[in-house]
Amino acid sequence: MLDKNGIAKRIAQELKDGYYVNLGIGIPTLVANYIPEGMDITFQSENGMLGMGSFPIDGEEDADLINAGKQTVTILEGGSYFDSATSFAMIRGEHVDLTVLGAMEVSETGDIANWKIPGKMVKGMGGAMDLVASAKNIIVAMQHVNKAGESKLLPTCSLPLTGVGCVKRIVTELAVLDVTENGFKLIERAPGVSVEEIQKATEGKLIVDGEIPEMKI
Amino acid sequence: MNKVVKNAEEAIQGLEDNMTIILGGFGLCGIPENSIAALVKKGVKGLTCISNNAGVDGFGLGLLLEKHQIKKMISSYVGENAEFERQLLSGELEVELIPQGTLAERCRAGAAGIPAFFTPAGYATEVAEGKEVREFHGKMYVMEHWLKADFAIIKAWKGDTHGNLIFRKTTRNFNIPMAGAGKITIAEVEELVPAGELDPDQIHTPGIFVKRIFQGEKFEKRIEQRTVRAKL
Repeated sequence: MLDKNGIAKRIAQELKDGYYVNLGIGIPTLVANYIPEGMDITFQSENGMLGMGSFPIDGEEDADLINAGKQTVTILEGGSYFDSATSFAMIRGEHVDLTVLGAMEVSETGDIANWKIPGKMVKGMGGAMDLVASAKNIIVAMQHVNKAGESKLLPTCSLPLTGVGCVKRIVTELAVLDVTENGFKLIERAPGVSVEEIQKATEGKLIVDGEIPEMKI
Repeated sequence: MNKVVKNAEEAIQGLEDNMTIILGGFGLCGIPENSIAALVKKGVKGLTCISNNAGVDGFGLGLLLEKHQIKKMISSYVGENAEFERQLLSGELEVELIPQGTLAERCRAGAAGIPAFFTPAGYATEVAEGKEVREFHGKMYVMEHWLKADFAIIKAWKGDTHGNLIFRKTTRNFNIPMAGAGKITIAEVEELVPAGELDPDQIHTPGIFVKRIFQGEKFEKRIEQRTVRAKL
């Protein structure tokens, strides 16, 4: 079974040289720590920056330079700043190669719910609806089951949707799965996790085709 | 052509109860803090505020919320404010949540004279309820309308007496697309210079979109999430 950093490490293996990537808040943010050596990846922050760098050194933080999580950050050489309309032109126009974000639920047809729980204070969708509606490649980073032990990979989402038919791949602490026409296709198992355990934690249709390899982390 | 007004109080002249205002900024980054302070002082009430976020307790739009001056917020994310939550749950405050890219584009469209456009964001979600949807090239899109307001209030780094603006770092955010989306657009700047001093090649927002400009008295520039790493 993977911890949060393990999930991030596995997702980092999906990066390709030259990719423009938007990382959501939470586990997705950790992906930036595991860029394969020698690979040139540019991070987009939807509040208006390409080439997002690390947090600033204590004392060098700048109130005018934040990321989409409102944290103080830095910009790397070759980076650029732009306004929010331009930022979402990059997103809607499919110029961003990969979006990694968290989810509360994903359906076997690739629907995603990650912004609203009825009866609870709703903070808003931020840029999530624009991102999921537009990205060519969306990877969801999440826990396989919720805190109550219920599967987050479902036949259909029970929570209000963020987008439909958009998720391509899911990486959890247990497995890598692809969304296909026929349901969740099991691609890899986390180290030490059996197909049966994954099956038990997956409420949506799970396709197990032949021998399932273990992830190489 | 001199668009300079003396201060924030003069800039918001004519901004009355129950008006709709558009305010720039992302979180607390690049918000028109002097104008907000003047709105608090003036005590205008029943405002509809269009802004990506709603400030925090004690700063930004949080100051207007505390004084119950806002009737409705139109935003993409409003999570950081206890008073906001209290007013929302008690029914004192109305809230409309809009996807962030749609919010930016609706403001841009308002300024650009485009009454509506199609976006894929929110298709088949509750955001699309009651809206026209249409298929283009095999994909579904939702029709969204422009946003316009009585006043648009934005914040830039440098400006000149003609209203030309230059922004610094990630403060461009909603300030650029919102310029011109109000009948009157107010720009508050950190440094106001005579026309001719800014390089025309470096202007981010041309002065035509700005009706009133002033140099803010002070900028606190509060940081919402101070995240740093240790010095090596």
